[in-house]
Amino acid sequence: MFDLSAAEWTAVALSLRIAVVATSCALPLGIAIGWLLARKKFWGKTLVNGLVFLPLVLPPVVTGYLLLIWFGRRGPIGEVLYDYFGIVLSFRWTGAALSCGVMGFPLMVRPIRLALEAIDRRLEDAASTLGANPVLVFFTVTLPLAMPGIVAGVLLCFARALGEFGATITFVSNIPGETQTISALIYTMTQVPGGDAAAGRLVLVAIALSLIALIAAEWVARRAATRFHGD
Amino acid sequence: MLAVDVKKQLGAFSLGVRFQAAQGATALFGTSGAGKTSVVNMIAGLLAPDRGVITLDHMVLFDAGSNIDLPPHRRRVGYVFQEGRLFPHLSVRQNLDYGRRMSGHKRDADEFDRIAALLDIGHLLDRRPGKLSGGERQRVAVGRALLMRPRLLLLDEPLASLDDGHKREILPYLVRLRDEAKIPIVYVSHTPAEVRRIATTMVRLDDGRVTAIGGLELLNEAKADNLD
Repeated sequence: MFDLSAAEWTAVALSLRIAVVATSCALPLGIAIGWLLARKKFWGKTLVNGLVFLPLVLPPVVTGYLLLIWFGRRGPIGEVLYDYFGIVLSFRWTGAALSCGVMGFPLMVRPIRLALEAIDRRLEDAASTLGANPVLVFFTVTLPLAMPGIVAGVLLCFARALGEFGATITFVSNIPGETQTISALIYTMTQVPGGDAAAGRLVLVAIALSLIALIAAEWVARRAATRFHGD
Repeated sequence: MLAVDVKKQLGAFSLGVRFQAAQGATALFGTSGAGKTSVVNMIAGLLAPDRGVITLDHMVLFDAGSNIDLPPHRRRVGYVFQEGRLFPHLSVRQNLDYGRRMSGHKRDADEFDRIAALLDIGHLLDRRPGKLSGGERQRVAVGRALLMRPRLLLLDEPLASLDDGHKREILPYLVRLRDEAKIPIVYVSHTPAEVRRIATTMVRLDDGRVTAIGGLELLNEAKADNLD
């Protein structure tokens, strides 16, 4: 359908891989943080809330720069990761996944938190009188009832990760085959003479991927709604 | 045998209740705001008393003196809520099966069929709770509580959310349940007509205190007739 060059296909595949890894890694943490914010009162809650939502309001280049300082080879966290686990994030696709995950995280946490807050807690009480311990209550009642919010959070985080540009290019640069995502390649193409056609093709790919993600999310949300209210 | 002797301060409202319930149906009877629901919540483990003791058969469910407070999932007390509280994401069959699954019992098809027949809900099994009428929903809620094999059944105004037609529809099932179940039933209500049909013993609650314990003759007293 799209007549893409090898380099363009590489960028598309890389973008998808980065977005999938970023979203999957963010999901368990997003549910945990969303649950904490929705259900628990604890010291420093305002701070946690602020930290989670900071990437949403900061200029992406600032987030990227902070990631570079902390997670670079010489950074306080990056050094530990390298010395003890041999993990390098800066200028690698894994680092791109990290920055995309961080940028998408607030968009994921918010709908999950709202969905958890909207759950009728009395259903959880009912489950506990029926013999379900707190862990079972969480997995058989809380999580399924929060599913529409979780799906929304996953979609928003995935879409953000797919298109993230500023933080990623600051943290891991724009290396073909390693960190050059669709957005980064479009940017590159607009900087070289005669790159317009390639940029145009990639723009179409970006639009198509976003539409597919939107339609998929709509479908899942509608299925969840009929499961709850119909038979 | 259920024995309750508890005290609880809820804001300005103070609750101090002492009664026992043996096999058959014991009505907790009183106006709204008398503390009936708080009492059953304490028996179920959803609300902790400040002081006192709750025992069921020979098991201590709560004892403030020795710091015992069994969590709800370990009490095996069946609870039918006013609003049913069926799980909207599960089918009727899955709702009915929930208690058994959570407590890890083996599937018992005979028991399932017996209770489905008792409550006449066999034809609803594949529906979602959202598609049930109020009366059907409450019958499923009763079935769900029974299928967890409770040692005690709490019914908190199970008919309150139903119109008169549905009330008449469900009352005979509750009477049958009382006669067939071999466990104590605590039935919360503020409606004399319901209590008359179902209860064998009455505990009258006024403003957080037990003011009378006895048979259905208590309903004939002037004060009770003013209710509702």
